[in-house]
Amino acid sequence: MPFQPVPGSAAASTAVVEARDVDKWFGDLHVLQKVSLTVGLGELLVIIGPSGSGKSTFLRCLNHLEKIDSGSLTVNGHLIGYRSRNGKLVEDRERRISAQRRDIGMVFQRFNLFPHMTALENVTAAPVHVLGMKRADANELGMTLLARVGLHHKAASYPGHLSGGQQQRVAIARALAMKPALMLFDEATSALDPEMIGEVLDVMKELAQEGMTMIVVTHEMGFAREVGDRVVMMDAGSIVEEGKPADLFSNPGHERTRSFLSKIIH
Amino acid sequence: MSLIGSSQFDGHYFWEHLVHPQGFFLTAVWTTIYLAVGGQVFGTILGLPLAMARRSSNRLLVSAAWFYSWIWRGTPLLVQLLIVDVGLAEAGIYRWNDINFGLFTLSGAAQAALVTLALAEAAYMGEIFRAAIGAIDRGQWEAAKSVGMAPWTTMRLVILPQAARVVVPPLGNEFITMLKQTSLLSVIGVTELFRTSSDINSADFKTFEIFTVAALWYLLLTSVWALVQHWIERRLARSERAVVATADKDPFERLTGIAH
Repeated sequence: MPFQPVPGSAAASTAVVEARDVDKWFGDLHVLQKVSLTVGLGELLVIIGPSGSGKSTFLRCLNHLEKIDSGSLTVNGHLIGYRSRNGKLVEDRERRISAQRRDIGMVFQRFNLFPHMTALENVTAAPVHVLGMKRADANELGMTLLARVGLHHKAASYPGHLSGGQQQRVAIARALAMKPALMLFDEATSALDPEMIGEVLDVMKELAQEGMTMIVVTHEMGFAREVGDRVVMMDAGSIVEEGKPADLFSNPGHERTRSFLSKIIH
Repeated sequence: MSLIGSSQFDGHYFWEHLVHPQGFFLTAVWTTIYLAVGGQVFGTILGLPLAMARRSSNRLLVSAAWFYSWIWRGTPLLVQLLIVDVGLAEAGIYRWNDINFGLFTLSGAAQAALVTLALAEAAYMGEIFRAAIGAIDRGQWEAAKSVGMAPWTTMRLVILPQAARVVVPPLGNEFITMLKQTSLLSVIGVTELFRTSSDINSADFKTFEIFTVAALWYLLLTSVWALVQHWIERRLARSERAVVATADKDPFERLTGIAH
């Protein structure tokens, strides 16, 4: 087995995310090829790359929405989705994986709000039913978070009556309600009309400035340049190069990065 | 084919039975209602775990649930009724005895009827639930997982409330079928609407009149259900009333398919 036991390394004290040699196959397709990276506390990592490069898949592996075939992923020093038994990694029980996911917030391209719940109920559902928070406390938390994304006046609205940008901001509030240590953004603005992208990016920027550890898969190069601490370029399932946004964008070291950037920045 | 010269239709007899039903006739209507409702309610309750079993990752559960559906959907209700009621007793396996609840007695035949209707209905409702759960977008599961919900919490809070909306229209069809197929219970001696009408017919030979009365009662029951279903659909669609067009069809249109 290519699985390797993961030592609780001392370096993990500041690294929130540690990926080591992550491999994943979809049938015959090798979608992640020995992907290794770390994300430090409070860091905002941007992942760019053409579609099909594996960046979304990598994000989904981080909270075990996808299984990995070998390698290891840790968040705050805890193995995600697997546990080490006699030096081998075995998949965890669903219940334990659910518990791990509480610390990892995720925002999806298509929002995925619960359509039968109001904006406030979307935000409070997990605190009440997963953490056992009292309804009144959860509502207070929910209203605070909705205010933070500028939508406290929409608390009683159902997702079907909100614009795409508003829905995505509610989705961010929903993820924040679990007080996650890490936030994952999977092309959070790709499904939005152009005039709504700004309002969602603004919320993400604020979050970054408050020190949230974030991994952002995006095509918004302006956002990456402005608030990204580091950019990782992925192609065909592996990391091509990484660097500071300003360096990587102005002076890409790799031909594939150069051609990708030339297509996306007009 | 020829029309009989002078009409034999007994308008007075028809009218009297329609607007002044005798006590035993109303009791039979009530029997039809509670057996249909009971069969549907228990069938729906049993159908949900059956659907879960079909979706489970445990092969044994999947096979068992598939086998159950195969048997109950693949054989006629009439045959099932005779096996469960008369068959079990004759084979010395189980005899349905009357149960006295004080105010009212549930006959052995009615118990057998209720059990058979519920078990058969469960097979159909299982398929309906399975399809409805499968129709919910994968993103809903993923969003629920991502905030740390365990599978059962996800099912209860996120999936089933949305599946319920998908389930109601086919459930309505099931219940209308259920109301009508209670007429089969006459063969095991349950005195429901059809059986009672038959008995009256045997005494009076006013076949056209009495079965027209019976037909109107069935029509009344299915129409009342159409109103109830309309109300349920409106309630479930509260969150996106603007989006759900079918729930806004009025009851007349729902029943007849005719827009007006």
